[in-house]
Amino acid sequence: MSDITLDAKIPDGPLADKWDNHRFEVKLVNPSNRRRFEIIVIGTGLAGASAAATLGELGYRVKAFFFHDSPRRAHSIAAQGGINAAKNYKNDGDSIQRLFYDTIKGGDYRSREANTYRLAQVSVEIIDQCVAQGVPFAREYGGLLDNRSFGGAQVSRTFYARGQTGQQLLLGAYQALERQVHLGNVQQYNRSEMLDLVVKDGRAVGVVVRDLLTGQVRSHSAHAVVLATGGYGNVFFLSTNAKASNATAIWRAHRRGALFANPCYTQIHPTCIPASDEFQSKLVLMSESLRNDGRVWVPKEFGDERPPNLIPEEDRDYFLERRYPAFGNLVPRDVASRAIKREVDAGRGVGPLKNGVYLDFGDAITRLGRSVIAERYGNLFQMYERITGEDPYVVPMRIYPAVHYTMGGLWVDYNLMSNVPGLYVIGEANFADQGANRLGASALMQGLADGYFILPNTISDYLAGLLGTAPVPTDDPAFTAAEAEVEERVRSLLAVNGRYTVDHFHRELGKIMWDNCGMARSEESLKKALSEIPSLREEFHRDVRVLGDDRSLNQSLEKAGRVSDFLELAELICTDALHREESCGGHFRVEHQTEDGEALRDDEHFAYVGAWEFSGVGSPPELHKEPLEFEFVHLAQRSYK
Amino acid sequence: MRVHLRVWRQPAAHAPGGFEEYDLDDVSPDMSFLEMLDILNEQLVAEGREPVAFDHDCREGICGSCGMMINGQAHGPERGTATCQLHMRKFDDGAHIVIEPWRAAAFTVIKDLSVDRGALDRIIQAGGYITAPTGSAPEANSLPVPKEVADASMDAAACIQCGACVAACPNGAAHLFTAAKVAHLNLLPQGQPERFTRVQAMVDEMERWFGSCTMHGECEAACPKEISIDFIALMNRDYVKAQFKNRRLIAQSA
Ligand SMILES: Cc1cc2nc3c(=O)[nH]c(=O)nc-3n(C[C@H](O)[C@H](O)[C@H](O)COP(=O)(O)OP(=O)(O)OC[C@H]3O[C@@H](n4cnc5c(N)ncnc54)[C@H](O)[C@@H]3O)c2cc1C
Ligand code: FES
Repeated sequence: MSDITLDAKIPDGPLADKWDNHRFEVKLVNPSNRRRFEIIVIGTGLAGASAAATLGELGYRVKAFFFHDSPRRAHSIAAQGGINAAKNYKNDGDSIQRLFYDTIKGGDYRSREANTYRLAQVSVEIIDQCVAQGVPFAREYGGLLDNRSFGGAQVSRTFYARGQTGQQLLLGAYQALERQVHLGNVQQYNRSEMLDLVVKDGRAVGVVVRDLLTGQVRSHSAHAVVLATGGYGNVFFLSTNAKASNATAIWRAHRRGALFANPCYTQIHPTCIPASDEFQSKLVLMSESLRNDGRVWVPKEFGDERPPNLIPEEDRDYFLERRYPAFGNLVPRDVASRAIKREVDAGRGVGPLKNGVYLDFGDAITRLGRSVIAERYGNLFQMYERITGEDPYVVPMRIYPAVHYTMGGLWVDYNLMSNVPGLYVIGEANFADQGANRLGASALMQGLADGYFILPNTISDYLAGLLGTAPVPTDDPAFTAAEAEVEERVRSLLAVNGRYTVDHFHRELGKIMWDNCGMARSEESLKKALSEIPSLREEFHRDVRVLGDDRSLNQSLEKAGRVSDFLELAELICTDALHREESCGGHFRVEHQTEDGEALRDDEHFAYVGAWEFSGVGSPPELHKEPLEFEFVHLAQRSYK
Repeated sequence: MRVHLRVWRQPAAHAPGGFEEYDLDDVSPDMSFLEMLDILNEQLVAEGREPVAFDHDCREGICGSCGMMINGQAHGPERGTATCQLHMRKFDDGAHIVIEPWRAAAFTVIKDLSVDRGALDRIIQAGGYITAPTGSAPEANSLPVPKEVADASMDAAACIQCGACVAACPNGAAHLFTAAKVAHLNLLPQGQPERFTRVQAMVDEMERWFGSCTMHGECEAACPKEISIDFIALMNRDYVKAQFKNRRLIAQSA
């Protein structure tokens, strides 16, 4: 038993004043002293690039590491639909309070009030910042900013740049970052993968990084380390995440003492292109924004083989509109995904493999014209056509849910610091703001809130106490020992020389996770997964085949390290899912549902953050609980009817 | 379907490379081109041979990681399509497919099909940004931007920095890339204060690494985002103006 107590450090005072009060209370580092601090940022997606750029602007000395060749390739680039902000430009009743409330409710009351409120407050500044940087958001004819709606909201508060919002936001952050690189405030290390966190006397003091081109393993030390390494959805093998997205950075930090919170909260996105064959390497998202104009339906009759355009209105079941009249096609993702799964499981699926439902733009095209639809979603339609060979202007899209986002992540307090002093975690990598289900267009908001506005205002509180100290030198035994471990791990992966490729094991793991810990989970399925994962892991270490050497680019070796960490993380996800005897948001335990199949929470027993402490591979992790206290919102059964 | 592949293999930047030939017997037309390469790699590993290195990540045409010459064309035969979005249904059964890395003086081969495109980042570092430190921004709607302007800027900003334009250019020029990046910012009102310093810095940096443009137009044909070559004219115009404007500003402040 360890003696960790989780202090979220939530400031006192009324909800609306907490962030202001807190900024007044944190210790500051004066501008001339900032030069004396070194900060390591791992990852340069939206969260990391915005943080590194802003910290550089403030005058800190920053080192940014990422495994991509350029920061602009981070997975954030793929975000399509948009970013939320409580600007109320549409005059449709939006406010900070409403965005806060929608987010808490959308997250099924499993996030902290204070964090979520702050996120809604900061959201408006993000849009200002991005516009100033030159993000070409969609505009009305008068030149003002346009908005659209996303799931779980009855207002239009989503800002977008065609279907490429993540790309444009990331370019803004990337350009700000490159400016700091040019000015010499940030040193950037591309194709460099962090493989361990270095902790000395209980504090995070640096990282061990492997250069992916030369294989060289090196330590870097700093006053603080920021992880902005994204989500772990690829533990399911098939997901909408970019192929290289992985959990290694947060998993290695977890093994060094950082608690992992709510690992079982994974989001399944309702509108993805269904898998076409067993060689499928990833699933492609069709943005939630499409549900603004697309209508979801299946044929009423089982086995109706008619092409969709020959199925008349009266033979179609628009099941989302039927079941959720108030929100219709724009119910939150978890609700939509389960409704779609239910139709397909009942045998009403469409397409050659009967594994999808229709998302139909026929009405919208008739109402608005093809060119308006093309302007709104052109690149998504093109993407769909490239993959399926079908033209969605003519034939309805076929969609099915897929793993998309992970709400869980490393535990952080209100300052975004983990329980390991000096280790900060931002963006999708932390657990903080999305509860048990994230609303659409809120991940970009959170990543940029963390990176531009929150972390740069909280990190000084920690750094101020280190004024006058130098970073721990990298020849310290804490560093040399961590380096030796990393090198040993790399060597042992190459030494196995077994029979199966890394992908083989990754696919097997994905199958176990999807079948047993996917959209519907039960005690039985989770126990099954928990018995299968350890044997798969052992087999991996006995029988994986990684060819080549560790002195030049070796993509199989990179992947092997990541899959080896997924094989450990998967067990934690299932353990968490098994312990959480309730359904909430994306975590659906079949034992706990309402009469009409909605998620049934148990607030009395589970209104807490479950933060797990590592205690060795294969040995049961220890659970720490941070109770969630709701002062301002009333906990209720979510209803989107 | 069956395909016959001729793939460029090169162990390291300064090591000699050459083509190797492979046959794949069971390719599904619904597979993407990269999934076909995944199958090849699984097969190679099973035979104890090192898999082919190639860059990729999003596999949906947005990150710009992927890119290879396919039968002599950057990103292959389909217009407006990145390699990862190309599907095998675009090839005939029994097709012979030659796969090579991007070839350009500024892009050194790292291994097999993977190349170093760092020079493109350097062009951005030189000036491809608007100076707007966090916290200093005015209210977003205080500056209306005509829709046409925002749309044109977005057309340019759609660039995925894959380098196909450079690879397709007989001179190895990066004019389409640089022009797209310049136009994205120079078209917007927010971009005006640095308009001329930006274009000068970016073009000068570009010329340190890349060849010159002789208006072949191959870049536009190869661009997976179909970015218009007109942006190059815009960049050239701004660059010429910059020669006067920047000097005058410097003269005024001297
Ligand atoms: C297809 C798709 C569409 C989406 N659309 C939307 C949307 O419309 N709206 C919305 O709000 N959200 C959307 N999301 C979610 C959102 O894009 C992500 O949650 C968000 O971009 C994550 O940003 P991040 O900065 O936390 O991490 P990422 O962008 O994933 O960046 C991770 C960074 O960490 C680096 N890294 C990781 N591990 C290491 C390591 N060990 N060593 C060194 N570097 C490392 C990587 O190189 C990269 O730079 C979408 C997600 C997907 C998959
Ligand atoms: S892999 Fe991202 S553009 Fe092709």
